[in-house]
Amino acid sequence: MLKAVILIGGPQKGTRFRPLSFEVPKPLFPVAGVPMLQHHIEACSKLPNMKEILLIGFYQPNEELNRFLSCAQQDFKISIRYLQEYAALGTGGGIYHFRDQILSGSPEAFFVMNADVCSEFPLPEMLDFQKEHGDAYSFVILGTTANRKQSLNYGCIVENEQTNEVLHYVEKPSTFVSDIINCGIYLFTPEIFQHIGAVFQKNQQDMMLYYDQGEEQSNGWHRAEVIRLEQDIFTALAGQGKLYVYKTDRFWSQIKSAGSAIYASRLYLNQYHKTHPERLATNREGGPKTRGNVYIHPTANIDPTAVLGPNVSIGTGVTIGAGVRVRESIILHGATLQDHSCVLNSIVGWDSTIGKWARVEGTPSDPNPNDPFAKIDSETLFRDGKLTPSITILGCNVNIPSEVIILNSIVLPHKDLNRSFKNQIIL
Amino acid sequence: MKALILVGGYGTRLRPLTLTVPKPLVEFCNKPILLHQVEALVKAGVRHVILAVSYMSELLEREMRAQEQRLGIKISLSHEKEPLGTAGPLALARELLTDNEEPFFVLNSDVICDFPFEDMLKFHQQHGREGTIVVTKVEEPSKYGVVVYEGDTGRIHRFVEKPQVFVSNKINAGMYIFSPAMLKRIQLRPTSIEKEIFPVMAEEGHLYAMELQGFWMDIGQPKDFLTGMCMYLQSVRQQAPERLRTGPGFLGNVLVDPTAVIGENCTIGPNVTIGAGVVLEDGVRVKRCTVLKGAHIRSHSWLESCIVGWSSSVGQWVRMENVTVLGEDVIVNDELYINGANVLPHKSIADSVPEPRIIM
Repeated sequence: MLKAVILIGGPQKGTRFRPLSFEVPKPLFPVAGVPMLQHHIEACSKLPNMKEILLIGFYQPNEELNRFLSCAQQDFKISIRYLQEYAALGTGGGIYHFRDQILSGSPEAFFVMNADVCSEFPLPEMLDFQKEHGDAYSFVILGTTANRKQSLNYGCIVENEQTNEVLHYVEKPSTFVSDIINCGIYLFTPEIFQHIGAVFQKNQQDMMLYYDQGEEQSNGWHRAEVIRLEQDIFTALAGQGKLYVYKTDRFWSQIKSAGSAIYASRLYLNQYHKTHPERLATNREGGPKTRGNVYIHPTANIDPTAVLGPNVSIGTGVTIGAGVRVRESIILHGATLQDHSCVLNSIVGWDSTIGKWARVEGTPSDPNPNDPFAKIDSETLFRDGKLTPSITILGCNVNIPSEVIILNSIVLPHKDLNRSFKNQIIL
Repeated sequence: MKALILVGGYGTRLRPLTLTVPKPLVEFCNKPILLHQVEALVKAGVRHVILAVSYMSELLEREMRAQEQRLGIKISLSHEKEPLGTAGPLALARELLTDNEEPFFVLNSDVICDFPFEDMLKFHQQHGREGTIVVTKVEEPSKYGVVVYEGDTGRIHRFVEKPQVFVSNKINAGMYIFSPAMLKRIQLRPTSIEKEIFPVMAEEGHLYAMELQGFWMDIGQPKDFLTGMCMYLQSVRQQAPERLRTGPGFLGNVLVDPTAVIGENCTIGPNVTIGAGVVLEDGVRVKRCTVLKGAHIRSHSWLESCIVGWSSSVGQWVRMENVTVLGEDVIVNDELYINGANVLPHKSIADSVPEPRIIM
């Protein structure tokens, strides 16, 4: 039997997703109309032997998470549990801490995935690949190709092209190593815990050393239990005949910033043609005009003269007035877009209002469409002292008056604006 | 009576509009700039208008021929083949101006106001000297030529060009009336009337100032063109309000040509001029704009402080602001943001212009 572990992080992680992450834990942020995590869970539940999905993170128990878990259990008829770390233990430390839970029931293998990736999740293919490579105990990393320059932002994998064994692994190198990057989706066997355990022992010994030398018992980062799969495990396992890479050319992207949520929405909406055609809006009588892929929640109220898409997600209870144009944007639940307004490359927060003829516009940070291996950039917030033009984000309950323009700006929650703003963060 | 209108050259400050049409023919509030002046002159008894031009335009000649017929007056063109300054054109037109003893008007072609030609004539005849200059009060005199004169008689003492410290807030409004004798002072060579002729006339007590009542604007550049439009429309509201369009969807002063078509759920105004054959589709919002003949604004767009050139087409959900000027036949694609762009004729805009610039 199989299990899956999804690493969901905690409030101190995912800060590039602010101000959206103020309202809802980032893994629950809706991408293509459903919570980010749901895409992982859907892919896992398709595997016939999948018996349990464990979410590991250090969020405190909260209403949204609990509600999501109970809905997901009902919808997918599979055991889904949240295991809360007592502190941030790193990508390896969390699964090691809960190894007994993961191994209960004796799964032959288990997937581990980062919550903030958007992927086609080729899980059956990874299972087949594992059976054909190495021995019964080998581990598989999902890899994909990036362009040379961008590969430096990821974990880089050097493979033996005949055997697909991982020969060398470096996390975010400063010089070019390989254009095959780590997708943050792994297939492990129970033997992985021996390797993590070895690192754990070594860390403990090191800590004893420092303690003996009179150094202060250090903060969480130096705890023996903090173990990173990438730097601590993969780097050591590379070249030992235990680690293999399965390369995919299907879609994959990280979701680090709000801009990448819009890009990920586009990838998933496109996938719906195959997996969930019922989620894509069609041009029907009495409904708005749609172009390209659009998701509209059934409870949204949309004027027939509105034009939506491509790449638009409309949340629950959203109201859209006459002659509104929305393109490449996510409209979160309860928002209201008044007549003739125009929303481009933006995320409109829960319960926000956009006035008549107002224009809310951001700058897309999409990867270069001419480069098949280009990935979305993680741009810094500021460049040369100026705010880098990016997706416009309105936090929850933001009110934009009529006839203004909000361009390349980030507006924090519960703010009433009274004029136009460009290239600013509005507190 | 006669009038000389200083039309000048290429009208470069009002480009891109003047790349298609000579400046005097650019429509200001749905009537060519020149015609505002000529019709007021005709009303005051002028029967011969001389246009002093430094660049000949077939279009202008043709249009003037038509106006001659319509107004029943004579219109001549005086063409300076080399630059003659601000006084030279008068010398060039000497023959035409001196065939009788009547005073003649001289106007700067960029001036718009409630033309006081009858009052000017009266005032000039009362003081009986060689020249009368109309002055107007402005908020920022240091941008102009300031006139210092006696309040009760109007006799001018001196001029100060663009003063750095406050001298007076009355400036030369670009409208004059002269007796033919004054022409003896000007030779046919490049001459500045402000620097060479007026100071001497003032010294000799031959120059008087008449203060203009009401609005005044030099509409030679787009920003001032729009400001002048607001002032003119306000004056129409006071004198002939039936010319303005009112009703649901119209705010403040709005002038609409009868052949224009306006869609549903539009909100137009305040301070908008819509030219002949213009089409505004549903849900359009226009404020403080001039939309020239034949232009087409597609649905849900929002325009403020713009001049939309003849036959231009603005797409759907476009936002244009901050003295954007579209030349003739410009196409702006859907969903763009145009901020302070100056767009040359026959250009297609496919990308937003978030900061002011010129688009060739």
